[in-house]
Amino acid sequence: MSIPQPAYQETYLRLHGDLPGAGAAWMTHMRNSALSAFQQQGFPDTRVEAWKYTDLRSLGRHAFTPASDSGEITEAALEPWLFNHEPMHRLVFVDGRLALKLCPFQTLLSGAALTSLAAVLEQCPDELENLLGHTLDADRPGFDTMNTAFLQDGAYLKLERDAVLEQPVHLLFISTGQAERMTTVRNIITAGPGSSATVIESWVALGDAVSLTNTITEIVLAENASLQHYKLEQECDSATHIGGTYVRQQRDSRFTSHSITLGGQLVRNELDVNLAGRGAECALNGLTITHGRQHVDNNTRINHHQPYASSNEWYKGILDDRSRTVFSGRIVVHPDAQKTRAQQSNHSLLLSADAEADARPQFEIYADNVQCTHGCTVGALDADALFYLRTRALDSETARKLLVYAFAADVLERMRLEPVRRYLERQLAGRLAGSDALLQGTLLH
Amino acid sequence: MAIPNTQINHLLDREYAAGFVTDIDTDRVPPGLNEDAIRLISAKKQEPQFLLDWRLKAYRHWQTMPLPQWSSVHYPPIDYNAISYYSSPKSRKHAPASLEEIDPKLLETYAKLGIPLEEQELLAGVAVDAVFDSVSVATTYKNKLAEHGIIFCSFSEAVRDHPDLIQQYLGSVVPPTDNFYASLNSAVFSDGSFVFVPKGVRCPMELSTYFRINAANTGQFERTLIIAEEGSYVSYLEGCTAPMRDENQLHAAVVELVALKDAQIRYSTVQNWYPGDAQGRGGIYNFVTKRGACRGDNAHISWTQVETGSAITWKYPSVILEGDNAIGEFYSVALTNNFQQADTGTKMIHIGKNTRSTIISKGISARQGRNAYRGLVKVLKGADGARNYTQCDSLLIGDRCGAHTFPYIEVKNPTARVEHEASTSRIGEDQLFYCRSRGLSAEDAVTLIVNGFCKQVFNELPMEFAVEAQKLLGVNLEGAVG
Amino acid sequence: MNAMLTIKDLHVSVDGKAILNGIDLTINAGEVHAIMGPNGSGKSTFSQVLAGREQFEVTHGSIHYADQDLLTLPPEDRARAGIFLAFQYPVEIPGVSNIYLLRTALNTIRKQRGETELDAMDFLTLVKERAALMRMDEDLLYRSVNTGFSGGEKKRNEILQLLLLEPRLAILDETDSGLDIDALQVVANGINSLRDNSRAFLLVTHYQRLLDYIKPDFVHVLTAGRLVKSGGPELALELEQRGYGWLEEATAGATP
Repeated sequence: MSIPQPAYQETYLRLHGDLPGAGAAWMTHMRNSALSAFQQQGFPDTRVEAWKYTDLRSLGRHAFTPASDSGEITEAALEPWLFNHEPMHRLVFVDGRLALKLCPFQTLLSGAALTSLAAVLEQCPDELENLLGHTLDADRPGFDTMNTAFLQDGAYLKLERDAVLEQPVHLLFISTGQAERMTTVRNIITAGPGSSATVIESWVALGDAVSLTNTITEIVLAENASLQHYKLEQECDSATHIGGTYVRQQRDSRFTSHSITLGGQLVRNELDVNLAGRGAECALNGLTITHGRQHVDNNTRINHHQPYASSNEWYKGILDDRSRTVFSGRIVVHPDAQKTRAQQSNHSLLLSADAEADARPQFEIYADNVQCTHGCTVGALDADALFYLRTRALDSETARKLLVYAFAADVLERMRLEPVRRYLERQLAGRLAGSDALLQGTLLH
Repeated sequence: MAIPNTQINHLLDREYAAGFVTDIDTDRVPPGLNEDAIRLISAKKQEPQFLLDWRLKAYRHWQTMPLPQWSSVHYPPIDYNAISYYSSPKSRKHAPASLEEIDPKLLETYAKLGIPLEEQELLAGVAVDAVFDSVSVATTYKNKLAEHGIIFCSFSEAVRDHPDLIQQYLGSVVPPTDNFYASLNSAVFSDGSFVFVPKGVRCPMELSTYFRINAANTGQFERTLIIAEEGSYVSYLEGCTAPMRDENQLHAAVVELVALKDAQIRYSTVQNWYPGDAQGRGGIYNFVTKRGACRGDNAHISWTQVETGSAITWKYPSVILEGDNAIGEFYSVALTNNFQQADTGTKMIHIGKNTRSTIISKGISARQGRNAYRGLVKVLKGADGARNYTQCDSLLIGDRCGAHTFPYIEVKNPTARVEHEASTSRIGEDQLFYCRSRGLSAEDAVTLIVNGFCKQVFNELPMEFAVEAQKLLGVNLEGAVG
Repeated sequence: MNAMLTIKDLHVSVDGKAILNGIDLTINAGEVHAIMGPNGSGKSTFSQVLAGREQFEVTHGSIHYADQDLLTLPPEDRARAGIFLAFQYPVEIPGVSNIYLLRTALNTIRKQRGETELDAMDFLTLVKERAALMRMDEDLLYRSVNTGFSGGEKKRNEILQLLLLEPRLAILDETDSGLDIDALQVVANGINSLRDNSRAFLLVTHYQRLLDYIKPDFVHVLTAGRLVKSGGPELALELEQRGYGWLEEATAGATP
């Protein structure tokens, strides 16, 4: 059931004393247990049901090590990813570690704190003892334990009761492109009752090196809190990105996720939401655009534990060349979760004959008074629509691009944060239109 | 083979003991299924040799077939040897003398459905002479159609008058080897409808089984064949809203539709079989194989059905989309109440290029009813540009009923587009309370919700049928909530 | 001045379990009352009993609406008499369009009041106006009632109904739960726009924040099925700071 990884034992022994939180007994204990578990489990192979469509053997052939020091990055190098300097509370992590020099000075509202997780682990680890790792599901094989053992840094965002952050929080993770590097990040976001914020995670890379990103974002929303979470995966073509976002929601809270995957060779996005309080709501949106031989695996799990909660999933994929996407959407409605409303939509557009989209919607319903709907489509562009556009004087290539853009556009339309939406629209238009400025203009009307 | 079915035997025994006439030539073939019985049936109907051969071949094949098993539907085993496979038009010897002898509940239903008294007598099998001049009405109807070259008659008549057409098309869409009940039907089918619409003709009126001679004697093993030649159009209505009682519990019908190039067939069914009493005893078992073949380019076949009643319904109207640009549609509302079980669905097979299919299946389960939808959309390798849209919705009334959806989607062509949506919702005390707290009454709320739910399907029915269907649902759902 | 709502020693059970254990409350026209309480105190039961939910059994006590015995009236008659309940969890009604329900409800109530029914055109104008006030997308009007609406949209739809039906007694059951600040303001504005001398409001709320936007005249605390304390708006602030614990202890001590 596994692809064993003995080399990491040695790496851990060499480095663990330097990892943040080495002074806190509970953290050391947690890391050690995690490493043993990881040694036992290794990477999951395709016989594990949850990894059926994603083969990790090639990953297993590399021995990744953390970057010994962060490479240097100039402010100018960050330019493409700053959303046109839209005011945001920003933290920049280079090769997984906070680069203070690159973080603009910002004042937050009273009632909110945004710092480096490593700093908290070093200076006041007690704060995290009952938070770190508490949204993780012990059942998940492989990467969670590796993350706990090797985590270097990440962001810690804490919102007090009723705190409302007007400006978004932007966490920019950039890799300097050193080969065979592994970046292990843990973010923790805890929102007090009635609080509200928007958090953007950008994952980008310079150069094109074989690398492994292992990141987990833990989110805890107290009653009536609200969080919008954007995750943009735009790493290089040789990168492997294993990312988990684990959310626990209390009553009446709202969580919206926008997961956009444009880069990376092998990407696994795990998104787990536990609706642990009555009336909680979550909306999970995803857009995956693949080409070449990319492989993107979106694995979502929504647990309805309490009554009156609602969930809505809207995932779309556009595949070209020989790329492959997997969508696995599991929704579990526990026996007490009466009056649940769950909706799941997954649509894939195949632009080439060799692309493959696998979809596995799974509903497990143990309550009898619920409303669940799901819809799934896989197909090519609509010939009628193409023909129509051509009769309106568009050439077939342009018509094709317009329709593809339109397919993706409705996921973007669900984004409330305009700077991010506009940025993605440009990215999308760029990818589709290439250097054709006129077409780009058309797509962006 | 099978364990004798005590219920059926009981009914048949009664009939057998009371109604059996010594002269077997005139009335009945003794119960039991064997080659002699089949030869006797064929002889009685004066069928040509080819048809007898066809029957026998089917029978021999049927004997080799295993009993079908479906996980969702449960019924006691049927003893095929205990059934009598031929009887003349309903014997009047033991018919009720007047409406007063009829079950008052049945009469109540007739009244609610707005059926006039004379028709009620006819439906209840009351032995009255010529109350309703069905024969002359049917004759006028038939002549009008003949002017257009349209043939609409009973299957037996068609065998006599148009054997060439029968020979050409019978079994071409549902071969006798197709499934257990189709096989049985092919061996022992009694009667049914035959429709032939010649090239380019648009049938000027809706063809209804009501006007077919002997409409009341639908029989157990009905066989229907509808042929629409190039460029023609016909709309066929089957069934009626009055609850159909029949001492024969097992119904295994076969319906074949053939649409040639540019032709269109619309087949609508509104059926209200006797569902058995409130404990589910004595209801009809309805096993039907219905299939349409769009043989030519641009052919179009649509099945629309509203079904309630029958203790067990097993039917999968299908369309085979052979021609390019062929269209297949399936609109269905199935209501299960009390202890009814329905396992229904459709099959759309995409073979030609740019074919399109639409499936809208609405299941309503009330009390302890159980509805299962089983749909197959199959796109074969050469079916470039195939498109399918499937929507199956379940409406559960109350909290003891259930619905399951088993979609099977098999796509072997990369240019196909298949969309599937499914939803389950409930009318419960919550919804009713919400409407009432806004000033609406509970009945209005249920009617509103059910009609809204079925709208998409009712819109496809010819007008009078749609009105009947709405009434039918209303009557059947009375008191289903709370 | 005649009291609009008079509740005397109300005891309510569900499935044999006592939820409300003797409520006394009088609400006069023109007043806004807020009821706050911890989870499980019986707040929702209280609202639904007032609206006529049959699964709740009134085992003792009385409820009078003006001089009418409310307990004899079924829910649709209470609605027609001018009582409106905005649900905590508005249910979805597939197949019934929102606009249809709104118009039918409004015309039924107008008829009851002796007013003429609104025709489709006039109604459409009216409802679009109100929808705009509630910052609701027009297409929500044509969807099935609450079907596919987000939590916030459902709550705003309830207030839209409130604005259209113009009831005399409005009971708002945790209308603020699950709302962003923006939506909360829109909802509060809607409710405030209806405040006048002829109308009364009963706000059942879990979070104090709503009362920053809708200033109540009276605040009551409901714990373990009893109204244990009443006061003015400052009581809400006290609860915000101290929680409910001090009241629950005091009550526990007091019950025999």
